[in-house]
Amino acid sequence: MSSDAHAHAHDSADAHAGTRQGQLIGFGASVVLTAIPFLLVMHGTLDKQATALIIMAFAAVQVVVHMIFFLHMNTKAEGGWTMMALIFTIIMVVIALSGSLWVMHHLTTNMMPVHEMGQTP
Amino acid sequence: MTVAMGSMKAGEPVFYVVDEHEHPEGSSTMLGFWIYLMSDCLIFAILFAVYGVLGAKYAAGPAPKDLFDLSLVAVNTSFLLLSSLTYGFAMLSMQQNRVGAMQAWLAVTGLFGLAFLGIELTEFAHMIHEGATPQRSAFLSSFFTLVGTHGLHVTFGLIWLVTLMVQVKTYGLIEANRRRLVCLSMFWHFLDVIWIGVFTFVYLMGMLR
Repeated sequence: MSSDAHAHAHDSADAHAGTRQGQLIGFGASVVLTAIPFLLVMHGTLDKQATALIIMAFAAVQVVVHMIFFLHMNTKAEGGWTMMALIFTIIMVVIALSGSLWVMHHLTTNMMPVHEMGQTP
Repeated sequence: MTVAMGSMKAGEPVFYVVDEHEHPEGSSTMLGFWIYLMSDCLIFAILFAVYGVLGAKYAAGPAPKDLFDLSLVAVNTSFLLLSSLTYGFAMLSMQQNRVGAMQAWLAVTGLFGLAFLGIELTEFAHMIHEGATPQRSAFLSSFFTLVGTHGLHVTFGLIWLVTLMVQVKTYGLIEANRRRLVCLSMFWHFLDVIWIGVFTFVYLMGMLR
């Protein structure tokens, strides 16, 4: 039993180390995915809307790269429960973020500006 | 494994597994720590939402363009990214049972983390010196809360890193220390993932406004 447990713990610890090649691929991809948004904002000539969309897309891709190459996410680790927890968290994050921004945006646009209120007799 | 339906004590039914089944020590740590990270992720999501709502409320005070130095942020980002890579190398050394190399990579990781914190604190000090304090506007309150919370996480990560280096030096690469190092690895890489959100949504998007 104890040797079995030992082997199991080793497996789960080693599964988080990945390979040197994997680390370098992840790092190289991250450097590119970081450098392009910075260059676009610092020296880019695209209009703001397009730049914003591109850097958000790059951020999303980079998060996935980090998840796979650095955090070694997969569908099988811990019997799939880490993936389940991740999916649940993503749903919660999307609801919290989009809900907050949506509601508060409408609240802001529907607020009567202060200076107009002051001018009413 | 049997579910006891009969009487344990004087006819009281018990509807759960009574057999002791083995849980090897630390077998659930990885999943538990992952769930902690997910809860931490929710904290950051709420702070991002707050920044998203308040980030444009300058109260006639300084805006991101007046405050942020993108080249400094780029340097900071590269430090954090490099520290993620060096921590990855430390984990590979651990896998090969090369304690010396692992300690060296951990030390390099710590130095990168320290450099990151140093630059961030310099930036904060500079902003506060210019009157851009957290009290100045809703934008600055939410900025300092979000970026400060990330910085606080890095600080605690560094304390944890030094603690583990001492642990490994004292007790060697025992099973418990391996487990702790894997947890810190997840924590450290997770902070780098959060930083992607910070530099994209706070710094880069701020400069676009």
